[in-house]
Amino acid sequence: MSNPLADMEKPDVIFAIGTNMTECHPVAATRLKKALRRGATMIVADPRRIPLAEIADIYLPLRVGTDVALLLGMAHVIEREGLCDRAFIEARTEDAEAFFEHVRQFTPEWAETICGVPAADIERAALLYGRAERGAIYYTLGITEHICGVDNVQSLCNLALMTGNIGREGTGINPMRGQNNIQGAGDAGGLPNNFPGFLPVTDPDNARRFSELYGREIEPVKGITKVRALELAAEGKLHAMIIAGENTLVSDPDRAHCQHALENLDHLVVIDIFLTETAELADVVLPASAWAETDGVFTNTERRIQRVRAAVPAQGQAKPEWWIVAQIGQRMGAPGFEWHSAQDVFDELCSVSPIYAGVDWEKAGTGKYHWPVPEQGHPGTPRLHEDEFPSPSGKGKFMRVGYRDPAEVVSEQFPVWLTTGRRLQHYHTRTMTGRAGMHFFVPQEVLEVHPDDVARWGLTDGGKCRMVGSRGAVELRVEATDRSPRGTVFCSFSFGDVPVNVLTGAGYDPVTETAELKVCPVRLEPV
Amino acid sequence: MNQPIQTPAPSTLAAVMEMDGQEVSFTPGETIYEVSQRMGRQVPTLCYDDRLDPFGGCRLCVVEVEGLRNPVASCTTKATPGMKVHTKTPTLERHRKTLLELVVSENPKATIDPLRGSASQELVQLRTRYGVTGERFAGHHSGQSRTDDANPFILRDYDQCISCYRCVRVCAEQEGDYAISVRGRGFETKITTEFDGLLQDSACTFCGQCVQTCPTGALADRKAMRAQADPEPIAATRSVCPYCGVGCSVDLLSKGDKLVGIRPARDGGANLGALCVKGQFAFDFVQHEDRLRTPLVRGDDGTLRPASWDEALDRAAAGFAKALHDHGRHSTYAIASGRAPHESAYAIQKLIRATSGTNYVDNCSRA
Repeated sequence: MSNPLADMEKPDVIFAIGTNMTECHPVAATRLKKALRRGATMIVADPRRIPLAEIADIYLPLRVGTDVALLLGMAHVIEREGLCDRAFIEARTEDAEAFFEHVRQFTPEWAETICGVPAADIERAALLYGRAERGAIYYTLGITEHICGVDNVQSLCNLALMTGNIGREGTGINPMRGQNNIQGAGDAGGLPNNFPGFLPVTDPDNARRFSELYGREIEPVKGITKVRALELAAEGKLHAMIIAGENTLVSDPDRAHCQHALENLDHLVVIDIFLTETAELADVVLPASAWAETDGVFTNTERRIQRVRAAVPAQGQAKPEWWIVAQIGQRMGAPGFEWHSAQDVFDELCSVSPIYAGVDWEKAGTGKYHWPVPEQGHPGTPRLHEDEFPSPSGKGKFMRVGYRDPAEVVSEQFPVWLTTGRRLQHYHTRTMTGRAGMHFFVPQEVLEVHPDDVARWGLTDGGKCRMVGSRGAVELRVEATDRSPRGTVFCSFSFGDVPVNVLTGAGYDPVTETAELKVCPVRLEPV
Repeated sequence: MNQPIQTPAPSTLAAVMEMDGQEVSFTPGETIYEVSQRMGRQVPTLCYDDRLDPFGGCRLCVVEVEGLRNPVASCTTKATPGMKVHTKTPTLERHRKTLLELVVSENPKATIDPLRGSASQELVQLRTRYGVTGERFAGHHSGQSRTDDANPFILRDYDQCISCYRCVRVCAEQEGDYAISVRGRGFETKITTEFDGLLQDSACTFCGQCVQTCPTGALADRKAMRAQADPEPIAATRSVCPYCGVGCSVDLLSKGDKLVGIRPARDGGANLGALCVKGQFAFDFVQHEDRLRTPLVRGDDGTLRPASWDEALDRAAAGFAKALHDHGRHSTYAIASGRAPHESAYAIQKLIRATSGTNYVDNCSRA
């Protein structure tokens, strides 16, 4: 997030797109509700009539995968109506004129033909956001899990740059990070393109520095993403893999491909707290100590660095992951794995990461620091981009983005859009919530289908259906609900017995290689 | 105040009152109760939660203001310049004790298990402080426990309810869910949901906020209460919720080696005391019987079997060393966890970089 969570109570216009926040980030959503109570206005764009849509002032029910069209239409109106923040654009951005020229062709009427939202509503939303004193954008995976995820994000950035809604209190572009420490996994260097602290691996100075630090020459070449790694594994070109705390087989798209890839490895090591579907494929399974048993650090979606602490002893012989990995490193003869505590590891991270240079184990314990914290004595940075943007010129660059269809679109054979997501009471593949009594609320997966579609496809509310896509099929129970619009159905990927990832996986964003998990054409058959 | 007030200079207008004979400055808009808290006064209250709008329901926080005939509720009265307030006089204390006698007459339980909720000891503590038994006004009783609501998370023991409305207000003001409401008056007052049904059939999301603000334990954490009979003392360890990226601060409640409950941290920077159903109640996985308790290696028969750490770690290391030896440096790969702490991701990226010299590492953010 560009802005801290506390800022969520301060906007006068909220634009929430592709975020089912009351279910996926419920506590953050309480802050938006407080802003509404205080008089803020909210625009919600989502294909599904999610709970946030129910409390929105303007609800934009766009077709799945058409965010770019909607956002171009909004940019068009903002430009046409002269709602741009000229002073901000002049001082802090570049390529504005070319962008304005670009958006003049994309009228709301054009957008309507693609995204299905009435042009008048696109106008209203654009006017509202364009006139906001403090406009804040919130998004989640509904924006990024598309083949055009980067285009979607850039379209949102364009809106914020046009209106100067960035770098100030109560504004910003705010992605809500999904997992408890997904931010931290990236911060700590678990990325193919960056060393710890988001230092590009392709910068020879960085490569040299980390080569010295780690006692092994590291090539200044980007590694490959997990998506590519699984492809190489499937082709027999990758031989050993270690997976920590991820149930890849159930969470990743195209399950059959994923299973083949993992089985094709000569050597798979899985570190986890349960024998997950993924761990069952491993050659070696190493038991990790769990949350509440492990000391360490998490960084949340607002870049706040916080300590987690052990309250109870680990089960059985389970060990902290850093210890397990260090043991493997030592046994492979690598230097630099002689840590004695989580503190040793974290303090090493702080010593090599410029954004953590001003924190350490003790400071992380206060929970008050938002990175970047570039030096000792620095108070941290709750709000990004107040003076400049992280680009070579320090300016925000408008991007001329165009709409393109999802990787696969509906057809006679697969006439229904499937979109996937999460539910309040379950988390990912239920490795945790499935063992914590949450079945009381959601005992099984259901497919949310509009009542008209239930009739149209000959299904029955509460009955079973077979959902068929180009890569496979699953069977699950039908729930008739107008949360789903006509022509689009929804289910979560939480239940192993409804492995919806046998269907998903048509395409990937070309830049980030993030899978298009939000769009998959299917057909529905009664069982 | 009946004296004519001279218009003072803005700087003096901004800020000074007297509390128990002591001068104290305040911020415009601050209530007398807030000032008293800052001053370390022990003004009793049962309906107050600093996150919620002032309510003035329990009347225990009454104070005397010079120039006013009757005591006023300090939680709903704003401090004004020149105001002279007394927070603890024999009259006030007698008044408070009488009010407590009335409250306690309906709440026979002299002890409430602290596992019920964060605020569950508030009434019990005031009862002890004022030496109140509840016998003075014994008789009528309001509130009836919903024994039919068998959900495994929130106990609705309304026999302990004192109609402070904190649960109703936290649900509306803090959560924005408006799932519970008040019905009836006086002894007929009932905290209820739409159509007087079960919580699971209402708009309740089971975030547990009502449980954590209840001052009597009438609303209680059933999961934590499973450990009521365990003899060990309750320990609280500050940590962060393991679910989404919001990063809510929590206190882990344990008894001995057992994790028994979760409490939202009021001073947590990301959540300020809020939690959701997962953070509040979904912790049983930690000590679940399915936990992996020993390393496993795949045996010659193709099945996973238990192994010692030494054997398993040697096997893990050897497989990576062999791949690098046989197929070169672009043959190994690591996926870091988005759930484990930084130290895990840091160690695993270092493992790949330091053993292969490549950047063949990623985390689970792409799917």
